[in-house]
Amino acid sequence: MKKVGNHSSISRIYSFGLALMLTISLSSFAQEPAAPAATATPAAAPAAAAPAATAGGDAVKGKELFNANCAACHNLDRKMTGPALRGVAAKYDMPWLYKWINNSSALIKSGDAKAVKIYEEYNKSVMTAFPQLSTTDIDNIIAYTSEPKAEPVVSAAPPGTSTSVNEGISNNVILGALALVMLMLVVMLFLVNNVLTKIAKSNGIEASAKQPTMPIWKAFAKNQFLVLVSAIFLLLASGYFVYGFLMQVGVDQDYAPVQPIHYSHRIHAGSNGIDCKYCHSSARVSKHAGIPSLNVCMNCHKNIAEVSDTTATEEYSKAFYDKEIQKLYKAVGWDQSTQKYTGKTEPVKWVRIHNLPDFAYFNHSQHVTVAGIECQKCHGEVQTYEIQKQFAPLTMGWCIDCHRKTDVKMEGNAYYDKIHKELSKKYGVDKLTAAQMGGLECGKCHY
Amino acid sequence: MKSIIKITLVLGIIVSLSSCKDNASPNYQYMPNMYESVAYETYSESNAFNSPYGLKGQEGQLPAKGSIKRGYVPYEYADTPESFAAVKAANLASPLDPAKIDMKKAEELYVIYCAICHGNAGDGKGKLVTQGKFLGVPSYADRVLNEGSVNHVINYGLNSMGSYATQLNQEERWMVSAYVMKLKSEL
Repeated sequence: MKKVGNHSSISRIYSFGLALMLTISLSSFAQEPAAPAATATPAAAPAAAAPAATAGGDAVKGKELFNANCAACHNLDRKMTGPALRGVAAKYDMPWLYKWINNSSALIKSGDAKAVKIYEEYNKSVMTAFPQLSTTDIDNIIAYTSEPKAEPVVSAAPPGTSTSVNEGISNNVILGALALVMLMLVVMLFLVNNVLTKIAKSNGIEASAKQPTMPIWKAFAKNQFLVLVSAIFLLLASGYFVYGFLMQVGVDQDYAPVQPIHYSHRIHAGSNGIDCKYCHSSARVSKHAGIPSLNVCMNCHKNIAEVSDTTATEEYSKAFYDKEIQKLYKAVGWDQSTQKYTGKTEPVKWVRIHNLPDFAYFNHSQHVTVAGIECQKCHGEVQTYEIQKQFAPLTMGWCIDCHRKTDVKMEGNAYYDKIHKELSKKYGVDKLTAAQMGGLECGKCHY
Repeated sequence: MKSIIKITLVLGIIVSLSSCKDNASPNYQYMPNMYESVAYETYSESNAFNSPYGLKGQEGQLPAKGSIKRGYVPYEYADTPESFAAVKAANLASPLDPAKIDMKKAEELYVIYCAICHGNAGDGKGKLVTQGKFLGVPSYADRVLNEGSVNHVINYGLNSMGSYATQLNQEERWMVSAYVMKLKSEL
């Protein structure tokens, strides 16, 4: 039998197992980078000190300038549209860098060998000229790029994660403890009973011998009235449960399948605040909300190859999310090292969650663009969902209920002018619900 | 002793029945053919598509080569740095009548697709930028732009920005370009 909304114990065991595995894997990660970090820092320090001293810029100001002007195409440690810039001062001399940053295309045109070489290497894409950056600004930026790479501070995170995972299980622990207490009580009851009978025996008190009485089942069968009442009760009770079961067949509320890529709406729509229609752009204009094609993902993920440190939660680590982004790169055929598409793509087989039967027609654009209904009304607080699930039952009763309650947005829509005038006169109301507009007619959705 | 066996039996049945529900798999359906129809549906896998020229086994196909959308206006500039420079120099005019552009809709589109990085005011301080997740988004005030070049960039993308041609149609792209120029003038 299937009941909607009832979380099974098995899934809980799985998630507990996963959490346990994650804690173990996290703590094992924690130990590895810690050792090289200790050795690496002193080694890197003198190397970094040298260029920083020659440039003589302010790295803090440089970071600001870098993030505002350069970071669109450059990362310190990763090749993007342009090369990785950490330690760039060691590769080129400062006067050359001033010229290049202020006007790179002029430098290329002048036939400078280094300039032409880098221009050819990066697909002849021209770096934007930054004439507004003074030499001090550039010094600052170079000072920032010459800073040694900060080793990630991993030691702090894992203890936090493990304790909070423990907090998560504490409910289970309490339940287990309660069960144990109950078991002990039962055992004690038996023991006390045993002791008491022994005492009674030793004191010579005999428990009265049992009279052979009629078994309770036979007595029950003999009482015809009782049989009738209980038969009716049983029929009604089973009818209730059978009805409940039959009514939930075909209702997939709370259905949350495991998707091929762990895509978190919590991160994208929640903490990043990306509009639903950014990815589901066809919800504006067509019947389907649309699953975004992977080029939409790559609009941002071409640049974002790793999640930020603030994204990881107790349940899902940064390493876990980074692995999911790698799955996207594999599917779309993006080679991170060369920053190019390889052309080898594979479809991502997303598992469909919301599925209306063919005999019901639903159009997203009608509801999203014309009616202006928030996506959350039918899909729930998606911006908080780590794993996407079906929020609404999507039954006909649910549709009808909303059509009865929702006023049609008529303002500024000339299409409704005439019908609003006629219908509001007919019903004697100022605001019309979708039902009064004909939103309950069978043919509107079933044809 | 017998009663204990009976009780455990009943409990066992109840537990095994109630543990059947699993949110990761779909529920039973009365008429599965109506839900998983034989005819292909949007995004479905289907053996009906097995042409050597298209994408095999899936309903989502690319349009045949050379086919154009109804109402499509050819755009003669390619996605190369040279043609971007040419577009900038040519100062292409929008095919839309500037007086008739629905600026409210253009703003809506801008807020959905652009503001997340470029900021509601076009100052390059969108939510992704202020959170430090997507860096280096310039303010429109710092860049030499004209409507044609903005449209070109929305069309093809530039550097870290991707193409928005899948999300915005030609007319919408020109609308957003007009709105971007309006924002630039206000910065």
